[in-house]
Amino acid sequence: MSRGGGWGGRAWMVGVYTFLYVPILCLIVFSFTAGEITTRLDGLSLRWYAALARDAELHAAVLLSLRVGALAATAAVVVGTAAAVILVRAGPYPGSRFFVGMMSAPMVMPEVVVGLSLVLLFTHPTLAALGGRGVTAIWVAHTTLCAAYVAVLVASRLREMDRALEEAALDLGCPPLKVFFVITVPVIAPALAAGWLLAFTLSMDDFVLAAMLSDPGSTTLPVLVFARLHHGLKPEINALATVIVVVVSVAVLLVNRLLLAPPRTAGRSAARAS
Amino acid sequence: MNDRGAGGARGGVGGESVHLRIERLGKRFGDTWAVRDVALDIGEREVFALLGSSGCGKSTLLRMIAGLETPSSGRMLLDGEDLAAVPAHRRPTNMMFQSYALFPHMTVAGNVAFGLRQIRPRMRREAIAARVAEMLELVQMRAYAQRWPQELSGGQQQRVALARSLAREPRLLLLDEPLAALDKRIRQQTQFELVGLIRRVGVTCILVTHDQEEAMTMADRIGILSEGGLVQVGTPGEIYEHPNCRFSASFIGETNLFHGRIEGDRLVGSEFPQPIAFVAGAGAAPPQGGEAWLSLRPECVRVHQRAAGDACVPERPGENAAPAEVAEIAYLGNRSIYHLRLPGGRSMIASVPAAHWGEAAPPARGEPVRVSWPAPDGVLLLR
Amino acid sequence: MKVRPASAQGHGRFWVGLLPWAWMLLFFVLPFALIVSVSLSTPELAVPPYVSPFAGTAVDGASAFRPDPASYARLGGEVAALGTPGADRPYLAAYANSLLLAALTTLCCLVLGYPFAYQLARAPEAMRNTLLMLVMLPFWTSFLLRVYAWMGLLDSSETGLINQVLLGLGLVTEPLPLLYNTGAVLVGMIYSYLPFMVLPLYANLVKLDLHLLEAARDLGARPTTVFLCITLPLSWRGIVAGSLLVFIPAVGEFVIPDLLGGGSVMTIGRSIWDDFGPNQDWPMAAAVAVVMVVMLIAPIVLLHRHGGRAGSDE
Repeated sequence: MSRGGGWGGRAWMVGVYTFLYVPILCLIVFSFTAGEITTRLDGLSLRWYAALARDAELHAAVLLSLRVGALAATAAVVVGTAAAVILVRAGPYPGSRFFVGMMSAPMVMPEVVVGLSLVLLFTHPTLAALGGRGVTAIWVAHTTLCAAYVAVLVASRLREMDRALEEAALDLGCPPLKVFFVITVPVIAPALAAGWLLAFTLSMDDFVLAAMLSDPGSTTLPVLVFARLHHGLKPEINALATVIVVVVSVAVLLVNRLLLAPPRTAGRSAARAS
Repeated sequence: MNDRGAGGARGGVGGESVHLRIERLGKRFGDTWAVRDVALDIGEREVFALLGSSGCGKSTLLRMIAGLETPSSGRMLLDGEDLAAVPAHRRPTNMMFQSYALFPHMTVAGNVAFGLRQIRPRMRREAIAARVAEMLELVQMRAYAQRWPQELSGGQQQRVALARSLAREPRLLLLDEPLAALDKRIRQQTQFELVGLIRRVGVTCILVTHDQEEAMTMADRIGILSEGGLVQVGTPGEIYEHPNCRFSASFIGETNLFHGRIEGDRLVGSEFPQPIAFVAGAGAAPPQGGEAWLSLRPECVRVHQRAAGDACVPERPGENAAPAEVAEIAYLGNRSIYHLRLPGGRSMIASVPAAHWGEAAPPARGEPVRVSWPAPDGVLLLR
Repeated sequence: MKVRPASAQGHGRFWVGLLPWAWMLLFFVLPFALIVSVSLSTPELAVPPYVSPFAGTAVDGASAFRPDPASYARLGGEVAALGTPGADRPYLAAYANSLLLAALTTLCCLVLGYPFAYQLARAPEAMRNTLLMLVMLPFWTSFLLRVYAWMGLLDSSETGLINQVLLGLGLVTEPLPLLYNTGAVLVGMIYSYLPFMVLPLYANLVKLDLHLLEAARDLGARPTTVFLCITLPLSWRGIVAGSLLVFIPAVGEFVIPDLLGGGSVMTIGRSIWDDFGPNQDWPMAAAVAVVMVVMLIAPIVLLHRHGGRAGSDE
């Protein structure tokens, strides 16, 4: 039996990959048009990249998105890791099942609902202290959403970590809190890094939450792009897409090399007798 | 002559001072007691093995001594000091884990130094480095100081783990299934190396194992655990020759067990064709009419050729004898294991040295034989 | 099971748990409670554009709970008018559209994704990571821009990419109206959600023991029988997980129907968005959201039970 699964299977794979990549390739090809139409090559030029380089509004949006992304990812790693520790390590306690549900709900809850609920929170008359809509609100929304993803990632790493590592550190005289920082954190570091990157990407990519929670001073990149898609299409957006695809591809390749290359797996827990 | 470790519970330390005293120690998980009512004294510089099958509570007992589990009842005294109030990271005990638990993000030297770095007031860097070098030298791993744990073989990891747990000069070394993660091939050699090293360092050691051979090779004394309770404590020889219950008898080495009732100095009603003569131990006389078991080690069974139809009567007073038939033979070179079938259908095993047959041909499968043993070789067990 | 010792660690755990508990209660549970509360409010031309049911004061000055069920009444009215032909039922239509779209998306993703994930799981081990990364890569790039790519492909004018190809090949004489209809939305949804189906399926299928298939073949089962009796039942959990990951967010999807559906495709996501934005009817948006969440919880619970049963069979 051939492992490849025959020609039919391979053709199917090629078909799906084509479906996934043709739209992206089209975006890239037409970013080099010299004309104004986004779906026709009227000569080759880099004029839309030049336009991109001059677009101050876009630059501001990119910077804001990067800032919100980094802040939200960092906060999400903190909240999500704490949640993962509780999910994996705390035995059953009153409310533990509720906690599991509460931590995973943001991943499946439709974004419009999460967005609407947070708008209601941030505009509530008695909660004016939260500062209303704006960058902080977007940061909170992204942190909440991403913390759920980070919790899942970190929890699965914690589950496969050999508990004996922490016990050994304790046994060798290391106080409990220090054990977490000198043993647990380094061992689960790949999951923390992966969680941060995932959170950063989710935040950079989110439109619905950012749009509902933005005020005039807080236009993130997706909010800006969405507005432009509604106000007539220009090949400048293709150029932007090309830049993003290149940056993301390089980043993914680098992360794969750096994070996955040295397979320093923690000692798997041998089934403990008695 | 049996039942010397009667009661089985507290193993007293002969002559030497008591180092660790465990009193009525118990641990409950939910509704079940993983460890119940364990009392044990362990002497200075003793190597003590807790032996039992998986789930018997031996690891839980060890983890309670290390402070990784909190006892539900009882107490532990180390040199007279109650350990209850001492959290794991302040106990003068160190443990070698079954998985070795080497920190994957630290080098070999980093692993060994880890415990030393926790000492307050802080040790000087050079002092730590010197101690690490000394420890790695002790386990012959000095050349590997800068390697990562995952680059080492199982045996090397085990030695690093040992060096790490000895570095802080623990007053009590705890080994949790020290060799279970190793290949069977290197396990035997490592047993001798490990115990030699422990004796050289002179540390008191408690090891947990499910492997009776490991326990007998390495330990001065063995404590047999079953269902959370200590059933017998003694030297390997004491336990092998004078088991105090069926569990000990069958857990340490192989044995033939015959179940019957006591009538005078005979065990009757067993599956052995005749009443079995036995010699009662020094203690109280066995209760007449009571239930009992006779344990007979395979090497105590004598096997002789016999012509078919031969009557098998004891040749001497106090001897037990019966006809049997060879069911299977396992040839092991210096000896053979005979699986014999008694007239009632019950089988028994005998270990026969190769030299036993002399010039004569050993009996083959299906051939009739005569089995016998002198009464003192059997051990009468009341539970 | 090992129970952790040392009460010191218990205390530590309490403080560690405080952060996620507090964060999620404040920023997820409380806001959701607010949605329920606002859904029972009266719309008003003010900021915020509603009167809270708690805002009214009773005669003695204490605040009282005065729910206004008007929003739910509107939804109920549409259900009641089901028998009346020609009646205007925008919300009901949005729910029906969304559920239908989500179901179709899930089904298409499953049909497309299952054989794909199966092939991926059987690919040579050295290639698997690369192939998987190629599935993930579009997911990492901007979601909006991927939808935008389809706007260009499906454009209904003669400059639309697919129309250019069709016209060029002489297959059609007039450009086809490909964009701004349900079909366009469906294609966009399948495109965007396919990785969410493939990943859980792959994770499940890659763990499938090939010896089981060989054993079945050895015992005389034909390939189709092997698939139906061994592979499919064993990958049931992956199918459930993938379907949930696609279906639930798809029901509430806003961006794709908005960009690819034009004015023609109304969905719950859009109706909430419109009531929240242009219409400034927050109580109605909240009520629609509450009903949607309740609707989504039911299938999760059902599928969860079903998944649990299939799991215990394994």
